[in-house]
Amino acid sequence: MSNESVIKTEALTYVYGEGTPFYRVALHDVSLSIKQGSVTGVIGHTGSGKSTLVQHFNKLLRPNSGKIYVSGKDIWEKSEENGKICFKVGLVFQYPEYQLFEESVEADIAYGPKNMGLSDSEIALRVRKSMKLVGLSEQYLGQSPFELSGGQKRRVAIAGIMAMEPDVLVLDEPAAGLDPRGRSEIFGGILRYREETGKTVVIVSHSMEDMASYCDEVIVMNRGEVYLSGGTRDVFSHAKELSEVHLDVPQITSLMGKLADIGYDVPRNVLTVEEAADILTKILGGGKAC
Amino acid sequence: MLKDITFGQYFPGNSFLHKLDPRVKILSVILLIVWIFMANHILSYALLLVTCFAMIFMAKLPFKTVFRSIKGIILILLITALINLFMTKGQGSPLLDYGPFTIYEEGIWRAVKMFLRITILLVMTSVVLTYTTSPIALTDGIERLLSPLAVMHVPVHDFAMMMSIALRFIPTLIEETDKIMSAQKARGADFTSGGIVKRVKALLPVLIPLFISAFRRAEELATAMECRCYRGGTGRTRMKILKLHISDGVFLGALILLGVGVILVNAYAGAIVGF
Repeated sequence: MSNESVIKTEALTYVYGEGTPFYRVALHDVSLSIKQGSVTGVIGHTGSGKSTLVQHFNKLLRPNSGKIYVSGKDIWEKSEENGKICFKVGLVFQYPEYQLFEESVEADIAYGPKNMGLSDSEIALRVRKSMKLVGLSEQYLGQSPFELSGGQKRRVAIAGIMAMEPDVLVLDEPAAGLDPRGRSEIFGGILRYREETGKTVVIVSHSMEDMASYCDEVIVMNRGEVYLSGGTRDVFSHAKELSEVHLDVPQITSLMGKLADIGYDVPRNVLTVEEAADILTKILGGGKAC
Repeated sequence: MLKDITFGQYFPGNSFLHKLDPRVKILSVILLIVWIFMANHILSYALLLVTCFAMIFMAKLPFKTVFRSIKGIILILLITALINLFMTKGQGSPLLDYGPFTIYEEGIWRAVKMFLRITILLVMTSVVLTYTTSPIALTDGIERLLSPLAVMHVPVHDFAMMMSIALRFIPTLIEETDKIMSAQKARGADFTSGGIVKRVKALLPVLIPLFISAFRRAEELATAMECRCYRGGTGRTRMKILKLHISDGVFLGALILLGVGVILVNAYAGAIVGF
């Protein structure tokens, strides 16, 4: 992770349904930057503008005002080298399994790379590579995506974006509606993508627990504005501010915060249970099981 | 964007017109259509036009929104007016005679009449029905109005239910189409360039998921309805019972007066040639 930003927005404003009774400001004056190589979480309540925000990253929505830079270039400025921004910023929508349409898993994953105009051999290579990343064995290659289970479908859909090898992989609620095992499999695949390619990942979610365990950086959205942003640890140490916008810090962070409140010498920015266990055993003296 | 389609869209509000009984509104629209076709004097049209504006005002609708409903057919309106203008043969000498283009005084009046007729018809129907009546209320009204047909074994309730479901799912499907299109665009799909064959092909990745999800939704809805013991209309009570209020009577009364006005104007005002 470097300090260079791969995506930067300046005073982004977006309004839904101008001139109708359904008029609503979805984003207001959003300025943020996402660091190259980071796993950045965008968190907020339903309607906080997080999904709207990420659809600006790959030119799907045009802001009413403000600018978006991807790798330092303004994506709305007309220039040839800009190219197809959607191949640079790969966006996985919510419930991506509903966009599957091909006869076989292989053909569906190949749809994106084919649109990029890659050679057949390169496409075949990328399809296998991205399936491995999301943890699908090659026996699924020829199967119809509609015969798979929900979690597997989701992984096929995510592999379809990964196969385009975007510089920034953006995922909107990638684990929504999955059981705990499915969730960890999905997140495992996402982290492997970052690990193996060194590219940037942006995860949109409302689960604080997921954010705490997978993200390096967190951007908290509230009513279309950036409410807090920074390193995961810094953001989660602001438990009070977060609860004001009805977001809860992970339970273990909250527990440590309460211990600190009543006078114990523990940090307030603990993110995982293991970490907390270490600190607590030290305080309790020596770590002898009772 | 697909979401911007507004023709025939419900405009939520709490005005006098919004609160009228849907049955009364449907009847009023039928009455209004009759009045509009009976009117054959410029004064009657003035009367109807004033009523039209009064209704927009009563419904508290912004003029911009109402105007948008005409925008879609402005071309048809103009063509109708032009055809009437040039094709009407009058008795006097033509006002303009230029090759195939001849304009008589009757033609001008007829063009104006046609233009007003269609505009008033469209605006009134959309103000009284589509803009101020929610689709659910509308189908409720239709079901009640047609209920006498049940005696003749016409499955009125089933038709109404099908209509409500169809109406209910139009916005959902539009939203879904939007979403799938965006998702495929994110994978590099291009819907805007190339010839017709290429464009139709480009739509496949949108249509297939859309159909699958429509079938899935239909199945889920059917299951959900069966789980709540839906067995068609017989013996079914309603949550919202339609009741007539004084305001409904007042509205209908005003419309009947308007009709009388139109008839009187027709009979007693001096005739204008060709109108």
